[in-house]
Amino acid sequence: MSKLMLGNRAVARGLYEAGVRVVSSYPGTPSTEITEYASAYDKNEMYCEWAPNEKVACETAIGASIAGVRSFCAMKHVGLNVAADPLYTASYTGVNGGLVVAVADDQGMHSSQNEQDSRNHAIGAKLPMIEPSDSAECKEYTKLAYELSEKFDTPVLLRLSTRVSHSQSRVDEEERVNLPPKPYEKNIRKYVMMPAFAKPKHTEVEKRTLALMEYAENCPLNKREMHDTKIGVITAGIAYQYAKEALGDKASYLKLGMVNPLPERLIKDFAQKVEKLYIIEELDPVIENHVRKLGVSCIGKEVFTLTGEYSQSYLKEKILGEKTESLDFGENIPVRPPVMCAGCPHRGIFYTLKKLGCIVSGDIGCYTLGASAPLQAMDTTVCMGASVSGLHGMNKAAPEYENKRVAVIGDSTFIHSGITGLINIAYNRSNSTVIVLDNSITGMTGHQNNPANGKDIYGDPASAVNLEELCKAVGINRVRVIDPYCMAEAEAAIKEELNREEPSVIISRRPCALLKSVKHKPALKVDTDKCVGCKMCLKIGCPAISAIDGKCVIDHTQCVGCGICEEMCKPGAITSADRC
Amino acid sequence: METKAIMIVGVGGQGTLLASRIIGAVLLEGGYDVKVSEVHGMSQRGGSVVTYVKYGDKVYSPVIEKGEADLILSFEELEAARWLPYLKKGGRMVLNTQRINPMPVITGAAEYPEEIVEKLKKTGADITAVDALKIAEEAGSAKAVNVALLGVLSANTEFGEEVWERAIEKCVPEKALEINKKAFRLAREIQK
Repeated sequence: MSKLMLGNRAVARGLYEAGVRVVSSYPGTPSTEITEYASAYDKNEMYCEWAPNEKVACETAIGASIAGVRSFCAMKHVGLNVAADPLYTASYTGVNGGLVVAVADDQGMHSSQNEQDSRNHAIGAKLPMIEPSDSAECKEYTKLAYELSEKFDTPVLLRLSTRVSHSQSRVDEEERVNLPPKPYEKNIRKYVMMPAFAKPKHTEVEKRTLALMEYAENCPLNKREMHDTKIGVITAGIAYQYAKEALGDKASYLKLGMVNPLPERLIKDFAQKVEKLYIIEELDPVIENHVRKLGVSCIGKEVFTLTGEYSQSYLKEKILGEKTESLDFGENIPVRPPVMCAGCPHRGIFYTLKKLGCIVSGDIGCYTLGASAPLQAMDTTVCMGASVSGLHGMNKAAPEYENKRVAVIGDSTFIHSGITGLINIAYNRSNSTVIVLDNSITGMTGHQNNPANGKDIYGDPASAVNLEELCKAVGINRVRVIDPYCMAEAEAAIKEELNREEPSVIISRRPCALLKSVKHKPALKVDTDKCVGCKMCLKIGCPAISAIDGKCVIDHTQCVGCGICEEMCKPGAITSADRC
Repeated sequence: METKAIMIVGVGGQGTLLASRIIGAVLLEGGYDVKVSEVHGMSQRGGSVVTYVKYGDKVYSPVIEKGEADLILSFEELEAARWLPYLKKGGRMVLNTQRINPMPVITGAAEYPEEIVEKLKKTGADITAVDALKIAEEAGSAKAVNVALLGVLSANTEFGEEVWERAIEKCVPEKALEINKKAFRLAREIQK
């Protein structure tokens, strides 16, 4: 029976059916649910884990492959930068058990800091990359990827995108193949990549690419659909779906399921059969450059944008000149940007940092929202871990401001790649103050357990990194823990540590307010007789508080009773309902 | 059959995702090809959120663009106004009369538009406005507002109560099921 499945869930189903035995990933939107769904299967059949970062996850999968089983890891596009080091060399070693690495790009940057096109990594690492366009293909291509991996002795990249990963469509389930692990045989020419062995391997990789190109000429992944030949479209992934909806039978299509390496004869042959050839691909002109290199004329990025997502209406307008009429509300509508949730433990810290006029070296996570109004208490966000190392750089460059600067980083991000930056602060000695916002979960990606919270992916007890001891062990003498709900205590601690002539770490500890295990207090209420309309409570940017006719009101459906606004309210107008 | 497009819009945390999954399950049982497009990650945190449900003989693109939605289910007034341009001419909008102030309104940088429902009606769109939050609270939990809205929506569909309830059972966690079913029935009755 058909089921509606997210693309990510279909990939997980594909892993299960392909007989995969080891899955190791680090969460990252839009890839996260692959590993979550994979962990719903019996762990004795398919073991899953959250690794501390993508590099560790990828190396774990490589190890499992060498040991003889089909293995997998998933990551978002920027995660592939972290995992690139092992992956580029795994391209040389090849595999024993099949190895597939899924990478989910985020066209449109729904939840990312950049919009890089992962196909460039496939080209750089000389790895085959395949790209499904809906959930059924997610499952089918995942299984095929393992066959390719073992046939061509290579890791295979599975490229996803937000719209494929996070759209549900029909999938038919099939049985799992239970493959016995392949025997491990010592083979240092294959697995020890020192120069003497890596040189012949590089030659083999180039030969493999030629073999894969030959495969691409006539494989089930690359399909032609011939209709009207006035317009020809070469496309891949989600862009295929947009093109089909925009043009239907008015065009013929060459849909490339394999996006690296690209075929030559197939493309030339298709191009000859159509009058006007469009290359429809989001982000970089990867297919287009290849087509032009073949001497085939085509229309590509001179018409279609390099940025953001495409859609059927965008393509209709660009190709057919058709515009869809739409209704107009006729008035400016205030934007509704994402905000920290009501009860978020990060809120008070950011208010305090703003109040103290701090320069805040920020990081990746829910707390990146500390950059938005009204808190606006963040100065930089680059990549995972960059807050800590970036702060060190700032303080080396201009030490006179070091008592004004802090780094903020979440618990999961700190484990991912903040700790190495902290070692640098201790080792190369800068008087840096790092605030670890420990909400005991990987928050932004939707609540994954991590090495610091004492639970594994299955929710079973696991060893928990002791953050205080870890910071001390790397050479930080001043480590203290505060409760971010106590704003006075937090402010005093931040002031004190900023003025110390040595590095320090403040661990701001309070679990995410959305965790099921967190007990909420009753919603707070505003005593309108006492409210003087000073609006101090609005300065913390809580979505549950607003002002109506000059007095503040609290939305009881959102408020979780954290009490931060109560601390802000000098006239004492905000109280808990049970005290009213 | 030509592909039909439904948009579910609201504020992150209101349960739009669950609503779209329930609609998807109903349509799948109805024998249609279905695509449901969701938004996860940062945009979920109290921001403006939108999910798409498309169905027909064969659905290609999972997304809906301006002027393409046959139906918009809005969980909040301001979001209804924001996404109105996505409604097809002659399309229908079912809207919850709840108001949730966005941060620029909270900070005083912008004003929440007045009389949104009346203004929406003046555009010629077919508007059904209901206080689904009240219905949900009557059923026992403000969180059931999403399923209450589905109750309103369901009254005008080709699918019977049983089909909807089976889909609700599939998608709603066990402990919240009774309240959600109650909210669904209350809303469906009011609409009939």
